[in-house]
Amino acid sequence: MPDLSKRRDFLGLAALWSAVVAMGAALAGVMRLPKPAVLPGPLRIYKLGDPAQYPVGSATRLEAGGFFLLREDRGFHAISSVCTHLGCVVTHTEGEGFACPCHGSRFSTDGSVVGGPAPAGLPWLEIVLSPDGQLQVNAESQVPKGTRLRV
Amino acid sequence: MTPTQEFLQNLKQAPRHIRESMLRNGKMPETDRERSQSTFHNVFFHLQSVRVHRHSLRFAYTFGLGLILTASFVVLTLTGILLMVYYKPGAELAYDSVKDIHFVVPAGRFIRNIHRWGAHLMVLAVFLHMARVFYTGSYKRPREFNWLVGLALLALTLGLSFTGYLLPWDQLAFWAITIGANIASSPREVTDAIGITAWFDPGKLLKQLLLGANYVGQEALIRFYVLHVAVLPLALAALMGVHFWRVRKDGGLSRDETRPAPPARIGDRDVQVFAPNKTYGLMAVVRGRTPEVGRAPEGTVTSWPHLLWAEMAAFMFTIAVTLALSYFFDAPLKEMANPAIPENPAKAPWYFLGLQELVSYSAFMGGVGIPAIVLAGLGLIPYLDRDPRGVGVWFGGPAGRREFWQSLAFGLASVLALLAFTVNFGWLRAWYPTIPQIAIIIVNPATVIVAMYSAWSLWVLRRTGSIRLSAVALFTCFLAGFVVLTAMGSIFRGPNWQFYWWPSQWPTH
Repeated sequence: MPDLSKRRDFLGLAALWSAVVAMGAALAGVMRLPKPAVLPGPLRIYKLGDPAQYPVGSATRLEAGGFFLLREDRGFHAISSVCTHLGCVVTHTEGEGFACPCHGSRFSTDGSVVGGPAPAGLPWLEIVLSPDGQLQVNAESQVPKGTRLRV
Repeated sequence: MTPTQEFLQNLKQAPRHIRESMLRNGKMPETDRERSQSTFHNVFFHLQSVRVHRHSLRFAYTFGLGLILTASFVVLTLTGILLMVYYKPGAELAYDSVKDIHFVVPAGRFIRNIHRWGAHLMVLAVFLHMARVFYTGSYKRPREFNWLVGLALLALTLGLSFTGYLLPWDQLAFWAITIGANIASSPREVTDAIGITAWFDPGKLLKQLLLGANYVGQEALIRFYVLHVAVLPLALAALMGVHFWRVRKDGGLSRDETRPAPPARIGDRDVQVFAPNKTYGLMAVVRGRTPEVGRAPEGTVTSWPHLLWAEMAAFMFTIAVTLALSYFFDAPLKEMANPAIPENPAKAPWYFLGLQELVSYSAFMGGVGIPAIVLAGLGLIPYLDRDPRGVGVWFGGPAGRREFWQSLAFGLASVLALLAFTVNFGWLRAWYPTIPQIAIIIVNPATVIVAMYSAWSLWVLRRTGSIRLSAVALFTCFLAGFVVLTAMGSIFRGPNWQFYWWPSQWPTH
């Protein structure tokens, strides 16, 4: 009876594939769990006090924030201290720029790459004057290089 | 006999009956039949075949590396469970609990040392085991699939080392994991370079899956802990089962079957046995080769006690080495993790320092691209080299031995020359600061060395016409490169990943 066996084949294959689809859907659902919906972390907006306390030509390292606050004649700017290569924290040398201790990336005073494996320059961070007159840096928000805050 | 007497007699004989009911054989075996029963009547011993080929027991063929790996896995499991009694996987608690284990817990320092050095021994042995299997041609038919299982075991072993590395939550751990997680997100280097990160960002997904956050913190610690104590060990144990099972089903350890087998030991006499020219009805039921079908016990001895002696020796060796190391050297523990200041230099454990040297050229190529190429290449070896000759002979004979030495010389010379050039003259970014990143991703010392090795291997293929020899050449080159890069990262890199001849030349800071 060829017809019957065809129907059996069809039913068997249908059962098999619905089982595969069900397993796949269940697995996909389960695998959603490890992908976090909320990324826990501190609020990365830092108030840095009165602008007057930072003299012109100073470079201040904000350890908790992961950036440098620099003041020049033209105003304030903030440069991230997290290396764009693999996330180590760079050190700053006056007049020379930044160097990464982990894999030897080097950045100029404005954060552009001058050597080593870093794929991109150190990002500049958004800096504003908050309503209470304090400097405020948003370490999550990048701005184009050369954006300075005049006080 | 009164019921009371019977009761007392049973009570008196209970210890003997308990022993007899526990051990199905009940006594030390005296004949071959009883030796066989000792093997297959015991749930642990019956993983092994009843008889084992004399060739498989030759130390100079296997160096006991597989057994050492099994032994170190057992040692690591036991010491790991002991450490779990005191370890607390919390960002605030982990470091102190490891310090407690080190300084307060009775025998804690010793157990932790054994766990750390056992892990190093296991990683070393897994590399050596792979080299042994490769150079003896043991990946060839019918053992191709077991080579793939072995590769998965290699990856799992490295995964276990990597996840275990974060748990002490000290400076070394924190920065090694920060670097590791950023390597996972380094596909972003490519997507950034071709400008599609906004739509397609696998690097970010990988990093978030690994860390559960954008930075290394409590979420990352608990994830690494779960991977380290549950997911990866279970996967490793399951695959070890598959690995052992395939070793048996694929006909035991590889050997040169073209040469006449040595005499078998039957009873207390050496007997020359020949394979019968006879097909068994069983062949219709059992597909493929099984150890027993169509095979006489040529060249074999009973597993009890010969294989057991070998296993005991490997276990004793493993335990002796880890105990001795643990007695003389303490497992390192640096200051508590400080997300603000990295160690300078921040170095991973030795077996990842070759990789760290590679990522210091390009994060994506060194951390993802080249490891993927190497793993894929290793996995393809048994399917590209299907020449059945040369199984069970070191390097497949004199030609392979010659090729090994030539390739070793070429592999060492080329990687050393390239490193000397890079250390002295820098690379593209130092010459052309504005060069696009994609050029560095494609052309950097890591890709250059892979290209040189591949070219050498292709040249060997053309010169000798043998895929096996060209595989030997390529494998040897990569081995040489791995050793040199590991030494470079371990010994010759100092603060800011600069080259120094010796750590005593490092600037003080």
